Amino acid sequence: MLDKNPRDRELLKKLYFEMLRIRRVEEKLTEWCNSGLIKAPVHLSIGQEAVAVGVMAALKPQDKIVSTHRCHGHYLAKGGDLKKMMAEILGKATGCCKGKGGTMHLFDDSAGHVISAPLVGASISFAVGLALSFKMKGEDKIAVTFFGDGAVEEGIFWESINFASVHRLPVLFVCENNLYATHSHILKRQPSENIAERVKPHGVNICRIDDANNILRVVEVATSMVDLVRKNQPCFIEACTYRLKEHWGVGEDWHLGYRSREEGEKWMAKCPFKQLQKVFDEEDIPQSEIVEMEKIIKKEINEAVEFAVKSPQLEVKNGQRPSQADYL
Amino acid sequence: MARDHRKPITYKDAATEALLQAMEKDEKVFLMGEGVDNITGVYGQVLPAYKKFGPSRVIDTPLSENGLTGFAIGAALDGMRPVLIHQRNDFMLLAMDQMMNQAAKLRYASGGHHKVPLTILSFVARRPGEGVQHSHSLQSVFAHFPGIKVGMPASAVDAKGMLLSAIFDDDPVIILEHRHNPLFEKKEFVPKRYYETPFTSNVVVSGQDVTIVTVSITLLNAIEASGEFNAKGIYPEIMDLRWLRPIDINPIIQSIKKTGRLLVVDTGWRSCSISSEIVALVAERAHGYLKCPPRRITLPDTPCPASQYLEPYYHPTTKAIIQAVKEMV
Repeated sequence: MLDKNPRDRELLKKLYFEMLRIRRVEEKLTEWCNSGLIKAPVHLSIGQEAVAVGVMAALKPQDKIVSTHRCHGHYLAKGGDLKKMMAEILGKATGCCKGKGGTMHLFDDSAGHVISAPLVGASISFAVGLALSFKMKGEDKIAVTFFGDGAVEEGIFWESINFASVHRLPVLFVCENNLYATHSHILKRQPSENIAERVKPHGVNICRIDDANNILRVVEVATSMVDLVRKNQPCFIEACTYRLKEHWGVGEDWHLGYRSREEGEKWMAKCPFKQLQKVFDEEDIPQSEIVEMEKIIKKEINEAVEFAVKSPQLEVKNGQRPSQADYL
Repeated sequence: MARDHRKPITYKDAATEALLQAMEKDEKVFLMGEGVDNITGVYGQVLPAYKKFGPSRVIDTPLSENGLTGFAIGAALDGMRPVLIHQRNDFMLLAMDQMMNQAAKLRYASGGHHKVPLTILSFVARRPGEGVQHSHSLQSVFAHFPGIKVGMPASAVDAKGMLLSAIFDDDPVIILEHRHNPLFEKKEFVPKRYYETPFTSNVVVSGQDVTIVTVSITLLNAIEASGEFNAKGIYPEIMDLRWLRPIDINPIIQSIKKTGRLLVVDTGWRSCSISSEIVALVAERAHGYLKCPPRRITLPDTPCPASQYLEPYYHPTTKAIIQAVKEMV
């Protein structure tokens, strides 16, 4: 196990690398937004990387995930193609959705990321359907759905939990509780901050991770939960984390007044990178390893940027209003 | 269509046969819906499939219309061909998010990569006392959205063929059967073999004096009315629309060019409806051929009264068709 000696140093490095890759990609998107290159509402996962990477570390390549509007981290952690992601966000035909889906519908079937969808709660049900299909076909796969704390206010979340429980489906529900649905605090919307305790009576296994920025804890919980899911015991993980940027967009939003900088600073102190760095120090993993990771990631991002920017624009004939056929 | 050697079967039984043949043909086809394993559920239409294929492929479900649609989408994204069954189309309004925001959009949003071969089968009820919520005929609402197909069979042959077309189509398809008895229990010669009904409208009666486009059960009213006209030397062309989306408008335009008169009869409301759409398309494409203003027979723009004294007058009638045609010709 990760919290015991000897730790798996290669896994530790991989976890750091994957989180760093998501962070650096989203920083590149931030540059693009600030320069006006992106004409779309991007939803950054900066601050929440440990959940995506930690859960994905417990999965097998054949397992499938679905995600939401805040999908960049899940896409990358599952192994989604970076070039196709960057091209999609720029609305190019070389994007994963050929420019038709955009930042909120990222998917990469070859990596097992089936679809993302922004309408809150909707994609939860897709994972249940995937799991139903796996079970009917007798395939050794599980389905994982990522969603936020706001999604549990949608009826479809409870419909999904109920059905998965009744039919004993191989599905893992991962609720990223970042306390806010857009700008509304969870206690304005729900009777307590603890979602897992309200899910428990539905007959699924639950676990609440109070600090899901501690990636080793996420890996530990996800690994044990995934084992149960593979035995057709649906599980629910509540991963408490914190979004550091705006709901959509790339800036900070402390000035809006719906949350305090002090609250944010408490979570910044639990930074997933700092927490893992501490483990690196204990394990005598040298800083040069991180320097090397930065180099590899920078190279990959530069290549993806070049690919996306140089990809041709979708054509509109003669600058006229496109015909219906042009939209297809 | 060649007749097989057997007795006529009902519209309902033809649809049952479609479900059985689809499940025999492809093990990826499965059925879900409330009460599908019960004689009282879904009018017994699904019970034979349950008896033959059992609970693993015919799943009795909780009352979670929106969730069920999402589960079916998820399974469809994994290559299955789910058929989701709602006892009445009123319940489909609870699943609008999944049907229209999701199922209808995922193929497009994925750049054409994903297919959602999902069939949603439901029923339009019509009976005194059903009241304002249980007698909806919501086809026009569903047909508004690009990315989803909508069909309403008006014969036993089409009840089978359209359902099979839907199940083996790679896009989401809504099939609305009409439960009113003159149609639901109507017997016809239905081929026993597997066949699919194309996504086209159907000229049921050829004529040259007026084009009557019917939707769903109103076909029976138009056919009944035509007997009266023929005696007077008036020959209407009766076209069963069959599919609201994709709409097969060209044969209707061709017919208008011949008859110069359009009457649309629909089981839905008047405003923002398939009847509006047909009149608009004819106005755009065959205006110069019209000898008189197009006419529509639809529901009035009010909810359906429950009272048995009012309800019979609420729906399109044979009498109304006769009256309209008399005024037009």
